[in-house]
This record gives sequence, C-alpha cells and structure tokens, in this order.
Amino acid sequence: MKTLRNFAPSWLKTYAFLYVIFLYLPVIFLPIFSVNTSATPKFPLSGFTFKWYGDLTRTPALTDAAWNSLLVGVSASLLSTIFGICAARAITRYRFPGRRTINGLLMAPLVLPEIIVAVSMLLVMLQLGLSLSLITVVFGHVLICIPYSLSVLTSGFEGFDRSLEEASSDLGESAFGTFRRVTLPMVSPAIISSLLVSFTISLDEFIMAFFLTGTEATLPVYIWGQLRFAAKLPGVLALGTLLLAGSIVLLTIAEIVRRRASNRTQNMGGIIA
Amino acid sequence: MTAPAEGIAALPVVRKQRNPVLQSEAARGLGLISPTFIYAVIFLVIPIVLVIANSFWTQNYLTIDRTFTLENYRIALTDPIYRDLLMRSLWISLLVSFFTVVLAYPIAFFISFHGGKHKGLWLFLITIPFWTSYLLRVMSWKVILGYNGVLNATLMGLGITNGPSDAFLYNTSAVVITLTHAWATFAVLPIFVSLEKIDRSLVEAATDLGDGPLRRFLRITLPLSAPGIISATLIVMIPTVGDFVTPRLVGGKDGVMIANAIQAQFGKAANWPLGAALSVTTMAVVTAMAASVVLVIRMAARRIR
Repeated sequence: MKTLRNFAPSWLKTYAFLYVIFLYLPVIFLPIFSVNTSATPKFPLSGFTFKWYGDLTRTPALTDAAWNSLLVGVSASLLSTIFGICAARAITRYRFPGRRTINGLLMAPLVLPEIIVAVSMLLVMLQLGLSLSLITVVFGHVLICIPYSLSVLTSGFEGFDRSLEEASSDLGESAFGTFRRVTLPMVSPAIISSLLVSFTISLDEFIMAFFLTGTEATLPVYIWGQLRFAAKLPGVLALGTLLLAGSIVLLTIAEIVRRRASNRTQNMGGIIA
Repeated sequence: MTAPAEGIAALPVVRKQRNPVLQSEAARGLGLISPTFIYAVIFLVIPIVLVIANSFWTQNYLTIDRTFTLENYRIALTDPIYRDLLMRSLWISLLVSFFTVVLAYPIAFFISFHGGKHKGLWLFLITIPFWTSYLLRVMSWKVILGYNGVLNATLMGLGITNGPSDAFLYNTSAVVITLTHAWATFAVLPIFVSLEKIDRSLVEAATDLGDGPLRRFLRITLPLSAPGIISATLIVMIPTVGDFVTPRLVGGKDGVMIANAIQAQFGKAANWPLGAALSVTTMAVVTAMAASVVLVIRMAARRIR
C-alpha cells in the first residue's frame, strides 16, 4: 500500500494545483475589481476605494431585493428541509414499493435543464391563473432545493444506529417521543446543514427566480437587470463580493457541522454525493 | 467498520419480524414520503405533462386553441433558425461535457489515490466555487475575456500581443470555457466516488503481476471508473443544453443557444406552444445524444478489459 500512496507523480500534483487555480481565478476578480476606483474592470488597478460598497446601501431597489431574497431563502430552506426530512426518513427507515422511483423523481431537478423546469412551472402557474410573486419563486426554489436537502439528510440519517431507537421504544417512549428525544438530536447536524445549503442555493439561484417572479426582484434578478448598464458594473461587483462572502461563510458552517456528524458515522462523499 | 457486521447480524431477526408487519411498514414509508412526493408531482410531473400537452396546441394571441396539431414540431424541427440553434447547443454541450470530464478525471484520481488525509479538504476546496452564484461566475469570465479584460492586459503585459484583442469574448469558445468552468465540480464528484469504490487490491495485483503504472491505469482503474465517467457526462451534458445565461452574457451572436429561443417564446415572442415544442424537442434530442454517449463509453470500457 505504501508504494501506491507515495507514488504521486509530480505532474499530477502540479495539475491539481493548476486546476484549483482555474476554479478560483474567475471568482477572485470580483473582490479585486469591487475595490478599484475605476468604473471599468481593467488592469492596471487605478486605486483603492470602498465607495461602490457605500453606494449599495443608498440604493432602495437593492435593499428591497435583498429583503426579498432573505424572505424567499428562509421560506425555501425551511420548506425543502421539512420535505427532505420526510422523504429521507422514509427512504432510510422503511422499505416500500416504488422507493427507488420516488427517490429518482425527487432527485430529477438536479439533472434536468433548469430552464425547462422553470418554464413548465411558469406554464402551470399562468394556466392556473396564479399571479406571479415571491410565493411562486419559493415554490420553484423548494423544488430545486429538495435534491440537495434529500442527499444531505439521507447521508445523515443513514449513519445512525437504529438499535438506539429500538431501545428507546422498548423502554416505553412513544414513536413521537423517540423521534424527538433520540432521533432528532442525532440527525440535527444534517438538518442544520440542509437548511444552510438550501438557503445558499436559493440566495444564488437565478433562472427559476427570473421566470417565476412578478414585479419583485430577488438579488440575482436585480443583478441581471443591472448588467445591462456598464456604469453599474462596479456596484454589481461589490454586491457580488458580498454575496460570495455570505455563501462561503454559510457553506463552511454547513460543512463543519456535517463533518462533525459524519466523523461519528464515517460517511464519505461530501455535500453532493 | 462495524456497520456491515451489525447489518448481517441483525438481518435474520428483522426478517422474522417483518413478514407480519410488511404491510404496515410499506404503508408507513409511503405515508411519510407522500408530502414530498405529492409536492414533486404537483410542481414537476404535472408541469412537464402540461408542457407536452401545450406543445400540441396552438396559440391565437391570448387564447390557446386545444385542437391537436404537430405544426409546432414541424417548425421546431425544420425552421433553419431553430435547427441551427439546436445543433449548436448540442455541439456546445458535447464539447463542454468532454472538456469537463477530461479535465476533472486527473483531479478526481489525484484526490482518491493520493489525497491521503486531506481528501475531505480537497473536496471542499473544489465544491466551494461551485456554490457561488452562477450569474457572478459568468460575469467574472466576461471581465476576464473582455476587450479591456484581464486576459488582454496579461497578454499585452507579457509582450505577447501589441493591442487588446476582441477575439476572446462573444463567441462559441467563450461559452464553452465559461460552462466548462461552471460545471467542473459536477464532473469531479461522481468520478471521485467511483474511483473510491475501486478495490485497491486489484490495482496491487496488477502491479504484482508486472503491469507498469500506465498499463495498470488503462486496464484496471479506467474501466472500473466508467460508471463515474458516465454519470459525470450525463450530469453535465443534459443541463448544459438548457443554459441561457452564459450564451446571453458571453456568447454574442455566435453563441446563442436553444434555451435563448425557448426563453424568447415564453417572454417577448409569447408563443407558449412553440416554446413548449422547442423544450420537448431539446429534451428528447439531448437524451438521445446522452444515451449514445453512454453506450460508447460502456463499449469502450468493455473493449479495454
């Protein structure tokens, strides 16, 4: 085994570093140009400023969009986590006909072109005569968050020892009592992780929000509107940097929480697998 | 490590108990999953059925005529505009899935075989950029590839070019680069998972029997990781075909894809049935393409073995 371990050709290591640079490079330019005094993002940098960030707080349309995103994100993450808990619990705990099919259906939004999911939901909403609003955006976001919630929660639920639950019910706890006092504390890392991950997805999601919102914009929809004006670019870069920082913080917390739990149960595979 | 052993030990006991309660176990499971299932039916299955239905109808200004017609499909398949857009979208998504998988394989291999203690950290590093807003990542490529962009500045700074070039942005290759970057994580993870599943003793056996690193890789590791390559290809190829943000922002005239046409039919052009027919056609064609690619990979994997 040792010979295999140590046989990491240096080109492979170099490649790995280059690949990570390729992944991060585009992302790094957002914060760099967001503190540049020039209105067009180009090198050489002309000077350091925070004025683009200052302008953000004085834009009412932006603060509205931020508030809308927060509302949508919180509702979508709560709903998708609740739906995810039901489904993950059913899939890991019980055997029933159609289990794999239903699981496949719930994971489907992950591999379908997003525009097709969005457009079909739009058709339903319009033909039902529902007016488009933030609520329809929440419906859309819940649908695309469910696959992520489900995989995080399934790997969290799979890990724990079922005999603890059996012991609890043998000792006279009701089914609900067992869930609340034994199951819930063990699976709460997965639940927190699912909440954070789906909130982040909702916060950054554009296509569903673009099709399903009425007059109220979420942050990505607002950004999309601003991209048409070259003069607004620095503001967009500043906003983008803030969103980026927010997402990374949330995901790092989610990962730490998830890893603490999976160290106990030895699950591999990360957020997606 | 104890989990499988416990599972085996517990199995006979569970078997004995299950038969009488089989009915109720199935009922409980179905009952528990039903809210989520019903949600997916209402917001995914019914909408898609409705799109398919719409694609056979026609629209007269604001009213929908529900007599069955194949006219929309005739337009979607024969109108040169849509045919070209569809062919280009398929070509772009084929290129993107090829590049993402080829670029992702070595990194997945590196993490799985040489990641050591830091496997988790590497995976986390690779997933982070993926979670950042897709819109923002596309925008950063615009900043990099643009006329005043980072790439031009670097090339001029190094003395490779004299003046800025507009050749990098607003064309098909800009779309391919941006999408290859955007989907990188989605390709690494499935390949990594399938590499992790490979029994390391097979690789050692090949070494003991005298295979060099390259032969060992080609005959053992690569064929056994085919499932990962297949799922990576699928997970990149199908969604890519329906992207409309990247073509809009970095594609210019040459980079327009079928999703932009679909979006126009549901927006300004307001011809839902045609938009629906375009969506269904796109799905059908990309599924066919994905299926043939999967077939080719499977055959190749079998041939090597």
